[in-house]
Amino acid sequence: MSSDATTDVPAGSAGRPDAEPPHPAPSAGPAAKPRTARPADPTAEPHAADPARPDTLPPHAADPAPAHAHLGLGRLYLRRFSRNRLAVAGAVIFALLVLFAAFGGRLTDHAYTDADFAALTQPPSGVHWFGTNQGGNDVYACAVHGLQRSLTIAVSVSVLTIVLAAVIGSGAAYFGGRTERATLAVIHFLLIVPSFLILALVSHRLAGDWRVLIVVLTVFGWMSTARVIWSVSTSLRERDYVKAAEFMGVGPLRIILRHIIPNLGSLLIVNLTLGVVATVLSETALSFLGFGVQTPDVSLGTMLADGATTVTSAPWLFAFPAGLLVLLTVSMTLIGDGLRDALDPTSATGSAGGRR
Amino acid sequence: MTLATPQLDPASHEGARPVLSVRDLRVTFPSEAGPVQAVRGVGFDLMPGRTLCVVGESGSGKSATAMGIMGLLPPSAGLSGRVLLEGQDLVGLDDRALSRIRGRSIGMVFQDPLSALTPIYSVGRLLSDALRVHQDLTRRAAWEQAVQLLDLVGIPDPRGRAAAFPHEFSGGMRQRVVIALAIANRPAVLVADEPTTALDVTVQAQILDVLRLAQRETGAGLVLITHDLGVVAGHADDVAVMYAGRFVEHADVTELFRRPAMPYTARLLAAVPTVDGGTRRPLVPIGGEPPALVDLPGGCPFAPRCAVALDACRTAEPELRQVPGHGEVACLRATEIADGSLDPKRDAAPVEPRSPEGRAAAGEVVLRVEDLVKTFPITKGAVLKRRIGTLHAVGGVGFELRAGETLALVGESGSGKTTTLLEILRLARPEGGRIEIAGTDVGTLDSAAAVRRLRRDVQIVMQDPLGALDPRMPVFHSLAEPLRAIGRDRAAVRTRVGELLALVGLDAAIGDRFPAALSGGQRQRVGIARALATEPKLLALDEPLSALDVSVQAGVINLLTRLKRELGLAYLVVAHDLAVVRYVSDRIAVMYLGHIVETGDTEAIFADPRHPYTRALLSAIPIPDPGRERTRERVVLTGEPPNAARPPEGCVFVDRCPLYREAGEELKRRCRTERPAQTAVPGSPGHRYACHAV
Repeated sequence: MSSDATTDVPAGSAGRPDAEPPHPAPSAGPAAKPRTARPADPTAEPHAADPARPDTLPPHAADPAPAHAHLGLGRLYLRRFSRNRLAVAGAVIFALLVLFAAFGGRLTDHAYTDADFAALTQPPSGVHWFGTNQGGNDVYACAVHGLQRSLTIAVSVSVLTIVLAAVIGSGAAYFGGRTERATLAVIHFLLIVPSFLILALVSHRLAGDWRVLIVVLTVFGWMSTARVIWSVSTSLRERDYVKAAEFMGVGPLRIILRHIIPNLGSLLIVNLTLGVVATVLSETALSFLGFGVQTPDVSLGTMLADGATTVTSAPWLFAFPAGLLVLLTVSMTLIGDGLRDALDPTSATGSAGGRR
Repeated sequence: MTLATPQLDPASHEGARPVLSVRDLRVTFPSEAGPVQAVRGVGFDLMPGRTLCVVGESGSGKSATAMGIMGLLPPSAGLSGRVLLEGQDLVGLDDRALSRIRGRSIGMVFQDPLSALTPIYSVGRLLSDALRVHQDLTRRAAWEQAVQLLDLVGIPDPRGRAAAFPHEFSGGMRQRVVIALAIANRPAVLVADEPTTALDVTVQAQILDVLRLAQRETGAGLVLITHDLGVVAGHADDVAVMYAGRFVEHADVTELFRRPAMPYTARLLAAVPTVDGGTRRPLVPIGGEPPALVDLPGGCPFAPRCAVALDACRTAEPELRQVPGHGEVACLRATEIADGSLDPKRDAAPVEPRSPEGRAAAGEVVLRVEDLVKTFPITKGAVLKRRIGTLHAVGGVGFELRAGETLALVGESGSGKTTTLLEILRLARPEGGRIEIAGTDVGTLDSAAAVRRLRRDVQIVMQDPLGALDPRMPVFHSLAEPLRAIGRDRAAVRTRVGELLALVGLDAAIGDRFPAALSGGQRQRVGIARALATEPKLLALDEPLSALDVSVQAGVINLLTRLKRELGLAYLVVAHDLAVVRYVSDRIAVMYLGHIVETGDTEAIFADPRHPYTRALLSAIPIPDPGRERTRERVVLTGEPPNAARPPEGCVFVDRCPLYREAGEELKRRCRTERPAQTAVPGSPGHRYACHAV
């Protein structure tokens, strides 16, 4: 219980007011709670060995038999993830959406670029399953293509953003000193730049190529997440297990990748799922203003923008892309929740066999 | 200042009505695995002016009992039974009604004095607010009373200090303020939940004295919750031992310590390390772990760990019943044990004594530290940091450690012992002095590769076993990490991890678990296994036992002893608890304010402590024996360790030294101006101390 006052002082004098943010506690969760509530897993009770008599233990006989050899980390997480039924449902929905985006086009003869001038603004029918828009384009074909476009953009942007933010944020926090100050200066500078304006200008100049859109959205999207990750990491840096890893001779890169970033897990995953939603929204906004994905290319964003004007007279133009968007975001959220529980060893749902 | 602990007033309060009666108190917490039955039918009567100590290990439900009495459980918890405070039942009252009672009729002293005080108000304001909530007082009158209360609990210059904020007080002074808050409205009952656990041992004695004074002033009944049997011996009138959410023994303090009738109590007492007496008695680990409180199987919860369990013990849980001449015990064989015809510690293997041959065989020098100095700058300002002072954490520490030997650095918080340890582990040129590990001067290491090679020889076991293990890594991966860091391949790692788990006495199946799913003892074993992965020569142990329960402690001590013997390790132990140190170390170095004030063989220090600080430390440790604990002479240190930013020019201990106060003018001058040199004790090789007055 005695934490040495002398060792506390230098840590404190580093002067970090936000070193202990109220983060969805990556650790120390159950220990701080009433201790009696700790053993959530009845199977996890010590049948291990009688600690009273370490001398009389099976002398080195406990050979690491294959059955008891460790499960891979991935397998372990998968097992825990699959206990959460909602998360599995989310994963299924997401998989179906991906399949729909990838292969849905094969089911229809119409291409999203084809215009059927015989059927302008027609409601859903046997020929055009989702109806047609004002230009005679098949909404089903557009939806398939738009979903594909939006999925690619949203998922790749949010993954890239999180990776960039996690590496930069936790790296800055771990190395500290000059690296930290320089990184924070860049982050703060980028945060005050009117990024939306720059985004609009840049993507407009590059004529709405969706790959450029990914790069641009990533470059201007990582800073605020990185700032949050940095502030959480500064407290992780002081954790005992990080110090222990240092004393074991583990390299700095490995410490960041194996100890700091995984313990930011829930934060990263929440940000990832929110990132998908946010990216779809900013892509929509850009497309709506004519700066994002440009015709003849189609995304869910442009479809929503088109459909919004005729939501009363031709609701199918809005309803189908909106429905897909909702499915996409809901499935991402469910997956995010499930992953957080699976990755978080302190979560009761993950370890207790998902009993609710 | 030397004083004998006052004998508690034995005048019984026969005929008086109990101020607090608890009947069949039950507390459950919901959990995913089913309800956790934290408290399962606790009942007792508390007479005014009496002290009931509730003692138990972590998870035994003692804090949940306190919170249940106070009505401070989280809303999700279930509470049943009756808590009669001066005749009024508190269970089932809503929060408004309870708020009128809490603070007025019942006061609470929390474990952590810092988080128990609101940081944005001055302590005078906190106290007068507490008074004005329950009494109709003017602001001025409340402030006056607040000052009187601060004076009562022994805060120097109470009128001036009343305007100070909690962070301006030291830990011990804060706890005094918390006690003042608890007694502000002269409650009939005081509940103190581990009031001294967060404090240093020399401060602990002061706080317990204040608590006793507060109790005497108010005539309140005191429920003192603790895990420290020494504290129980010194302060209780009645003792209740809790295990798995129930009282398993409830008796008068002298009876309980003289002949514990519940096997658990007996084993607990046998597992407590002590400092008194000429020789060390062996520690007997209880073995096993306390049960989880979810879906408890039938039968006595202690039966799986009990040496004298009968078949009947496993079928039905024994009720608490009166044992002639002993109080109440929940054990089928209590009568046999109480009359001495059955030894509840039967067949228990004691901790092996340190073999003296082991000492003689001590090998080459693994660690040599000479004149180690470490300072920290004290800076001010957030943007432009100015250096406004220097904190002298370690000032000229030197020692030697050989293979197969254990050296313990002992001292209170702020003594620089952990800093010394971390400086050694840093493997970089120290600020001043020299560190030599396994024959290599760390100052001469020039490449990262050389540092990495030396890293293998020095490993650390940290204080908090939960904090030291990455919560997201299963045990296998935690153990594999140091091996991967030195470039072992997959197959070699797998074999070695299996070996390590077996070495520390853990099942291979543990490898798949996350640290959160392990018990405290298992976690610390994993921590030790990880430190041994690279086959180090020197193991640094930072408070390796302080986070463990008494019943588990002895098992880990055993393990450390065996590993040292089998692997020829050298241990450098940092600890604040001299009693525990006695069982693990061959030599002791007592540190105060960054200096070693006394060093010598463990038994030499215990038998013949020379430095006044060592004596004070030894005497501050409570002895788990009521008779001796209440009659022995104690050296009570006043005050708390001074600020290391301005260490005294002469002897570092001068401000708190009991000998200095009695010394003559000439000696006083020397103490103030001249650092005492290390003096050898004649006839005791290696025993040296730094004091002018002895």
